[in-house]
Amino acid sequence: MLSRFANPARFMRISATVLPWCGWLSVSSIVAGLYLALFAAPPDYQQGEAVRIMYVHVPAAWMALNIYLFVAVASGIALVWRHPLAEIAARAAAPIGAAFTFVCLTTGSLWGRPMWGTWWVWDARLTSVLVLFFLYLGYIALVNAFDDPGRGGRAGSVLALVGVVNLPIIKFSVDWWNTLHQPASVLRFGKPTIATSMLVPLLVMAVGFMLLFATLLVVRMRAELNERKTLALRLNNAPTSATARPRPDRAASAQPASVP
Amino acid sequence: MSALGGYFAMGGYAAFVWPAYALTAAVLGGLALHSWQRYRKSVRVLERLQQQLGSRR
Repeated sequence: MLSRFANPARFMRISATVLPWCGWLSVSSIVAGLYLALFAAPPDYQQGEAVRIMYVHVPAAWMALNIYLFVAVASGIALVWRHPLAEIAARAAAPIGAAFTFVCLTTGSLWGRPMWGTWWVWDARLTSVLVLFFLYLGYIALVNAFDDPGRGGRAGSVLALVGVVNLPIIKFSVDWWNTLHQPASVLRFGKPTIATSMLVPLLVMAVGFMLLFATLLVVRMRAELNERKTLALRLNNAPTSATARPRPDRAASAQPASVP
Repeated sequence: MSALGGYFAMGGYAAFVWPAYALTAAVLGGLALHSWQRYRKSVRVLERLQQQLGSRR
């Protein structure tokens, strides 16, 4: 099954048809989610209107965790099966995950100030999410630190897999330690402890963010594949005045357009 | 007007609710814009190169 999608040419063909659908569905569900979150949803009986921050904070937090899991699984596939698209997918997903983690941290801070009376506390949940943000940044720095994308990808994959340890720590931090952060109210055993009038906007926003991730992932993967194809064409067709082929590392660094 | 003003006041939490939404829009919108521009550029560069190589043969 995996090898069916391993072919970059087939990926480019399929993704070209999927991309506009994904993009427009994402935009429309985020617009619908914004309407529900900012107009339709009721104020909270304790938090008042400040509860509306939840509709961006919580979906962003879910995405931060899910995208890290995606990066780790793709990295594992890249390491074990040398799947050509897996490493590109992990590399393309990481900046999106970092962006969602940043959104989660900053909106959480803006929510914490009026509700807890502080922008930040060094408790288990907040600190472990900050560690997640640094894991993303470390991964991005590592995969871009090598001239040879293959070597950078392998080093990054190992980091991504080691960092998976952090995911259950984040998820269960609110149960294992005393923390200011409230425990899960949607993704828990038993029924969600949140009213339907708040759950629906939350889920619509979450679907919108999920589709946004899919859209951006495909756009970034296509860009990466184009850039690698350009690089390969330049290496194969480089003017060969000398008898030897140009050294790949020197030729790669001579291409200004290959790295953003 | 006062109803609208009341809405934007967010029950006194305007200074926290609106920055949260603005920041989310700026980060995600900025990432989307950057990704799209990078993609367009990668298409342009590749097409130009393929044309050059095609005309050389």
